Amino acid sequence: MKAIITVIGKDSVGILAKVSTACADADVNIVEVTQSVLKDMFAMTMMVEIDKSMGLDVLREKLDKVGEETCTKIHVMHEDIFNSMHKI
Amino acid sequence: MLETKDILETINMIDNENLDVRTITMGISLLDCMDENIDKASGKVYDKVCRYAQDLVKTGEDIEKQYGIPIINKRISVSPIGMIAAPCQSKNVVKFAKALDKAAHNLGVNFIGGYSALVQKGFSSGDYAVIDSIPEALDQTERVCSSVNIGSTKAGLNMDAVKMMGKIVKLTAEKTADRDCIGAAKLVVFCNAPEDNPFMAGAFHGTGEADCVINVGVSGPGVVRAVLAKDGADKSIDEIADMIKKTAFKITRMGQLVAREASKRLCVPFGIVDLSLAPTPAVGDSVAYILEEMGLESCGCHGTTAALALLNDAVKKGGVMASSHVGGLSGAFIPVSEDAGMIAAAKRGTLDITKLECMTAVCSVGLDMIVVPGDITPETISAIIADEAAIGMVNSKTTAVRLIPAIGKKAGDELSFGGLLGTGPVMPIREGDPSKFINRGGRLPAPLQSLKN
Repeated sequence: MKAIITVIGKDSVGILAKVSTACADADVNIVEVTQSVLKDMFAMTMMVEIDKSMGLDVLREKLDKVGEETCTKIHVMHEDIFNSMHKI
Repeated sequence: MLETKDILETINMIDNENLDVRTITMGISLLDCMDENIDKASGKVYDKVCRYAQDLVKTGEDIEKQYGIPIINKRISVSPIGMIAAPCQSKNVVKFAKALDKAAHNLGVNFIGGYSALVQKGFSSGDYAVIDSIPEALDQTERVCSSVNIGSTKAGLNMDAVKMMGKIVKLTAEKTADRDCIGAAKLVVFCNAPEDNPFMAGAFHGTGEADCVINVGVSGPGVVRAVLAKDGADKSIDEIADMIKKTAFKITRMGQLVAREASKRLCVPFGIVDLSLAPTPAVGDSVAYILEEMGLESCGCHGTTAALALLNDAVKKGGVMASSHVGGLSGAFIPVSEDAGMIAAAKRGTLDITKLECMTAVCSVGLDMIVVPGDITPETISAIIADEAAIGMVNSKTTAVRLIPAIGKKAGDELSFGGLLGTGPVMPIREGDPSKFINRGGRLPAPLQSLKN
């Protein structure tokens, strides 16, 4: 299944690296990344492919730790939510 | 790829604007639990509810984890107990309420609705016993909710039931006076009650429904308000309506997704999505604030009814497009004690019971969670019910009354229920005695618009 990871927070060195390392450690494949830094604010959305056997909550827990380290807010949500809300 | 702004919009709605799935409600038919022996019947009720809903809470939590959407409540509605109690010929029908309460505790659901009677045209054998037992049932149970349908556009109003309900509401408040009269907050008097409503306290599982069904209620007053606050400043009324429609569409699509998933995982047919803007006492999650965002200085001032009509209609139109089956109440709720903006308006004195009654003519429910002085007479409660039901009957819409007589308190005092039920200022009522009118009894004839055949 596909999920969307969003990372929002104050920009600092290595956010992308830390998030993608956490993904790799969890055997999560990154499909697409968009990232922008506006003034000091870092915003990144990632589409990732997750093995069905691993629940989203497991990945969420791992990324919460990265969020704490990097002082960013990280969300992991199922792709279907965005598809259903924003596509007809 | 999805657009980043859409992704961030959704996350912002959940994080900051209180978007949630308010309830997944499993409707369970109890028609096969009837028995002449009340102990056997209530045993069957307990067993069936526990069997059917054993995975409800866990499934709700799993979906919450999987999708990252908050699902606030998992609830159950059952067939009206007035019907199930019919063969028992027993005075002790409270046993059914106790069985339901025990099941709710066992399953971990916070409310179970259906201690109800449908008496719009008259009482059948179980109905009278159930209505008579409501004060005791709501006193002795914690999670059971009760509703009584006393009228419909098709049948008119059962004024005997209206008279009876005035006494029942007052008695329920008196019995639970030591707990802020909480019993009355779990009792709704309906006209044109919907049979697939997932929201409490008025949920019950209608007789035309399947054996078991999943209905989902989505909410999001905070989201609508935020959209208007962000982009609505200089917009015309039709642009405002359009913005609300689009937002309602997005919210309902999320509800539809959750409803489908819950139905699939529980192997239970999907019933409806109820798109209702249901406020909570949380800051910002208020219908009154939406109305004020539209340009009213305070909810309750002149213009409120028109603004609410616009809101209610736009919510329905956006929701209908987004779900294959929209039902229940679908619209805007105006429960005073559960809405921070309404509480503030009531305290300021801009919102009174008369204006609320006008508002109910255009919104999706009725006089909801209104705290009235404890010395209110049962006849006056009945008269308020009759007024409200008349609005529903004539306009072919659902109306409801959930009044909480604050025993021992007077206008200006406050009742605090805590949690989603909130805090209510005691609101003054109109003067004058309607006793003679109410005590006449009988049936108020159905209006001409009932003759559509």
